[in-house]
Amino acid sequence: MLLYASVLLIVIGLYGLLTNRNVIKIILSLNVLEIGLNIFIITVGFLDLEEAIAPIITLQQRASVIVVDPLPQALVLTAIVIGVGTTAIGLSLAKKMYDKYHTFNLDEMGEE
Amino acid sequence: MKKILAFIFAITLGVMIILSLSNNELFTDFGDTNHYDGISSGYITSEVGGDEEPALVPVNIVTGILVDYRGFDTLGEVTVLFVSSIGVALLLGVASPKRINLNFKPNFMLSVGSRALFGVMFLTGIYIVLHAKTSPGGSFPGGAMIASSILILYLSNDTFRTDVSKFKLGKSLAASGFVLVGLIGLLFTGEFLANFHPFIMDTILVLIAIDVAGGIVGIIDNFLTEERV
Repeated sequence: MLLYASVLLIVIGLYGLLTNRNVIKIILSLNVLEIGLNIFIITVGFLDLEEAIAPIITLQQRASVIVVDPLPQALVLTAIVIGVGTTAIGLSLAKKMYDKYHTFNLDEMGEE
Repeated sequence: MKKILAFIFAITLGVMIILSLSNNELFTDFGDTNHYDGISSGYITSEVGGDEEPALVPVNIVTGILVDYRGFDTLGEVTVLFVSSIGVALLLGVASPKRINLNFKPNFMLSVGSRALFGVMFLTGIYIVLHAKTSPGGSFPGGAMIASSILILYLSNDTFRTDVSKFKLGKSLAASGFVLVGLIGLLFTGEFLANFHPFIMDTILVLIAIDVAGGIVGIIDNFLTEERV
């Protein structure tokens, strides 16, 4: 079921965040966690009916058809764009760290 | 030891999430949502706008929520992308940039094929932006596709640099134009980002696409250039 899959992705991302010491892998774990959260929000709005369609409807249909919940999709679209912004900032910080210490590993930084 | 503790912590959290959601009266089961009772029903039947003309109601409800009903949220989202692009430029920008040496020489097939692919991707991006009212995702995918067509050129040619200053100018103008459109709505109807003419929504969608494309191209260029020594 999609709900369990999203929770599994969240757990994998959290485990990666807690155990990894490589900056790139930490950012990747954060992205996996974020994808899990996005899938979770999408599943909240899903409607398991034969006649339910995607929320793209014309004005004539508007009163008669059943659509899935469009609000979580709009919120997830916002979350994806903000995720791109945070990932870009994180990766640029990682590049700065590599330029200074010549390693991505947090434990080896500062030892010279 | 640390890994085992982290494993136990993560598994416990996942089990707690699932246990708290299953058999919960406040959380409906998968595929069993009743959003027609909630706030979404107003968006679907377009009752939120009140006496809106039919031409103003978008075909794609997700786009309608993004740029009409919750346009102020989208303004914040565009601002986040703008600020993160500025942040990357602040961290990685240099005074006299040159391309990073990628340690590979592109062969003939790669350079020609990427140029052919660039045209197709760029035009598809523009097509998606122009059809943002009907296609899923608004104009964000279109802007991202335009930016990734530029990324293809960057990756297949180790000396290529696009005219980043134009993209940065477009990004800044688009972000200011979004606020300007909102102020026009405030001037004419007394509501910020009011949707009183079909042209308003088209303008906002194109501005979002320009902002996304300019922001991502700026980020790509900052990552692939370094200080000239």
